[in-house]
Amino acid sequence: MTPTGNDNATADNVTGSGSSAAGLAATLMPVGMEVNGMTVALSLDPRTTLLDAMREHLRLNGTKKGCDHGQCGACTVIVNGQRINSCLTLAVMHDGDAVTTIEGLGTVDDLHPMQAAFVKHDGYQCGYCTPGQICSAVSVLKEIAAGVPSHATADLTATPTVTRDEISERMSGNLCRCGAYSNIAEAMVEVAGAEA
Amino acid sequence: MQFDAPAGSNIFDDARIVGKSTPRIDGPNKVTGTAPYAYERHDVVADQAYGWIVGAGIAKGRITSMELTAAKAAPGVIAIVTAPDTQPVGKGMDNHAPLFGGSEITHYHQAIACVVAETFEQARAAAALIDTNYDRSTGSFDFDAVRASAPRSGEAETLGDFETAFAEAAVQIDETYTTPGQTHAMMEPLATIAAWDGDKLTLWTSNQMITWAKESLGDILGIDSANVRVDSPYVGGGFGGKLFIRADAVLAALASKAAKRPVKIMMQRPLVANNATHRQATHQRIRLGARMDGHITALSHQNWSYNVEGASGETATAQTAKVYAGANRLTAEYCATLDLPEGNAMRAPGEAVGHLALEVAMDELAEALGMDPIELRVVNEPDAVPGNPGKRFSDRNLVRCLREGADRFGWSERSATPAARREGRWLFGVGVAAGYRGAPTCKSGARVHLADGRIVVETDMTDIGTGTYTIIAQTAAEMMGVPLDHVTVTLGDSSFPASAGSGGQWGATSSTAGVYAACVALRRQIGEVLGFDADDARFEDGSIVAANKAFRLADAGTLSAEDTIRFGKFKKDYDVATYAGHFCEVAVDAYTGETHIRRMLAVCDAGRILNPLSARSQVIGAMVMAAGAALTEELTVDTRFGCFVNHDLAGYEVPVHADIPHQEVIFLDTLDEIVSPMKAKGVGELGICGPGAAIANAIYNATGIRVRDYPLTLDKYLDRLPAIA
Ligand code: FES
Ligand code: FES
Repeated sequence: MTPTGNDNATADNVTGSGSSAAGLAATLMPVGMEVNGMTVALSLDPRTTLLDAMREHLRLNGTKKGCDHGQCGACTVIVNGQRINSCLTLAVMHDGDAVTTIEGLGTVDDLHPMQAAFVKHDGYQCGYCTPGQICSAVSVLKEIAAGVPSHATADLTATPTVTRDEISERMSGNLCRCGAYSNIAEAMVEVAGAEA
Repeated sequence: MQFDAPAGSNIFDDARIVGKSTPRIDGPNKVTGTAPYAYERHDVVADQAYGWIVGAGIAKGRITSMELTAAKAAPGVIAIVTAPDTQPVGKGMDNHAPLFGGSEITHYHQAIACVVAETFEQARAAAALIDTNYDRSTGSFDFDAVRASAPRSGEAETLGDFETAFAEAAVQIDETYTTPGQTHAMMEPLATIAAWDGDKLTLWTSNQMITWAKESLGDILGIDSANVRVDSPYVGGGFGGKLFIRADAVLAALASKAAKRPVKIMMQRPLVANNATHRQATHQRIRLGARMDGHITALSHQNWSYNVEGASGETATAQTAKVYAGANRLTAEYCATLDLPEGNAMRAPGEAVGHLALEVAMDELAEALGMDPIELRVVNEPDAVPGNPGKRFSDRNLVRCLREGADRFGWSERSATPAARREGRWLFGVGVAAGYRGAPTCKSGARVHLADGRIVVETDMTDIGTGTYTIIAQTAAEMMGVPLDHVTVTLGDSSFPASAGSGGQWGATSSTAGVYAACVALRRQIGEVLGFDADDARFEDGSIVAANKAFRLADAGTLSAEDTIRFGKFKKDYDVATYAGHFCEVAVDAYTGETHIRRMLAVCDAGRILNPLSARSQVIGAMVMAAGAALTEELTVDTRFGCFVNHDLAGYEVPVHADIPHQEVIFLDTLDEIVSPMKAKGVGELGICGPGAAIANAIYNATGIRVRDYPLTLDKYLDRLPAIA
């Protein structure tokens, strides 16, 4: 629930010239979320993106900032079961939401099947886009399973299937300048096969 | 260790770990988000404040005033460092545009201030309150306008009499190709955390070249580089964009001093393209004269590019002296001076865009001759370096790359007649290009520790996605006879021995050779401790067999050794390089002109492949970047304001998933005795030399339309598509 009534007043406090510590404190807003299954309570500057709430406040560094403008997908996280660009949304808009970041999918000693498939197929190089790719990849397979159509779905009335075209289309919001696309698709096909 | 003669047989010839496909040892960290990149290193130093960079709003002129009152009073602001109040900093290595300081502006988005605040949001908001006034002067931003008067850089390279041979040639090609500016667009923007401890400075940053960075910071900041530590264990892509120190590092250091606090800065994405460096546009004229049998008799490649004052252009002729035979030759580079941002190395500088011209010109020559493009290349395969006949090739298998690629790709099914294959709405075509990229080496050091039968490697080498962690672990495991998981590799710290760094595709063979040298030294120490001749011993599975006696590695206790591989003069007699045959199939929409890449294949000759799994990724990644260069990527210059207007990831179009099909890579099993003890050569830049031309040639084969102005966007040929029957 977004407290829209307060947005303007808050913004004034922040960008205005009031510099006292009290003025600063007054700009903070409480937000409670469930992040990777843990309940967290934060007190945040309302301008803080969900991305920076993860990286700078919760120190969950896995979610990456590639552009901060919704242009690259490096910041992809899963909110209430849906993947979003966490740089394009303010943390305070997510009071009560459940957020899954890359850290919530698996750990070094207990990899999520998609994480393991990325290692096996070398679905990365520098690794910077990788958490976002994996959060998207996991979500894409769920979206297809749920029957959500895409631009690559030939018959909108039929149930989409996991094809190379569907994968490429749905993953295209996640840029990889290292160019690991071909390997990422193979990792996803393998995981989808195992799931099917 | 001195590498003074061809390698001869060595331990890697019957390797058990080196050369085997090996998942990255840093992989589990990367896929779980636990690999630490520069900006997110909360744990390295306490009390980090946030810096925000302000970029100039003009491309040339002076700052006349900077009003800071509101910004200084804004919540959370700790310090503001401004260019007019800062003495211009020094120049780092291969650094031409000013990094910071003074009132003069020489390029758009040049850093003019850094605001430090308690939080990111506060720093950003305060920065927006700075009111800067400029005295804007006219600049020169239009490459096409100044190109014709650009002076030649260096001597023209000539052999025989090009003009006469060209005039007399039975078949002539004389065409001009243009490539636009390109930006590295590495996914991790430039980022640094800086902290001072007295006069000692530590930078946790994202940099390809640790030793260069450390030395340069001394020069830039006017401090003793011995007091600088640089740490960069993970680099979120570089492609040349992180070879040298940039404004993020300089401002983090200056702002940290001003704030008396550690400061972290990530250069905002929209600043990167104009603030930092780019690959410059080129204008290339190629003339080829040949006999009717295909033999090239005259070959000229002239290239015009630009840069800021005192720096060189994008040298697109780099490969031309090496690829094809021809007795009469002329290559020349011309470089104009512009007031655009600095041009500097981007993946395979020169060659990446040189191939976009040369390899299309070869396709045009093949067509003019009525010859198969592969046969034309085979006919012109040289015995010695064509532009420098005194030089031999160390090991060259370009013809094999082309022939084996042709078989694999089904080249024989290609129709030599363009626009001959139509399936529904799609026009299909295939194209080929050769690839050449030098394989230099660079001295490289490492330190290895033995304790409890386990190995730790330390070197300031970097892994920028190249797979360095893994190939270094493979090398150490092979040398010391331990399993891969008994090796720990630590990289990117300037307190470790200086390495080759990541650039020029020399990193893999140089850095592993350095580790090899250090391991040879450690083996000898172990031999002295346990009493055997290490040079005659076999290290395997944690034990050692020497003179029919067995020893346990763990019994050697705790030892350390350090060495540096240095490459001798004998290499100067050889051209050491990598080669590829690149193949591509495209489908062009007969109605809209939209191009889809359907298949891509690269057959690569790059000596021993240390880790085929990650080497393949290097090649496919470079092919993706080549696809971008061919089809979508272009820094668009606003010649009124002197900036790249599409300076973010929405406006500058790098390839996405949907642009790239399944890619295939074949490595020829070759060994280059001249390159290094590893007999291995790099592949990361080879992969971008050629695929773009193969795409362009495939589009021609599909449509019969030759566009010589990259990128090949559909607006350039939509009105010329074949009639739809
Ligand atoms: S950081 Fe969010 S899309 Fe790029
Ligand atoms: S792995 Fe480097 S950007 Fe994708």
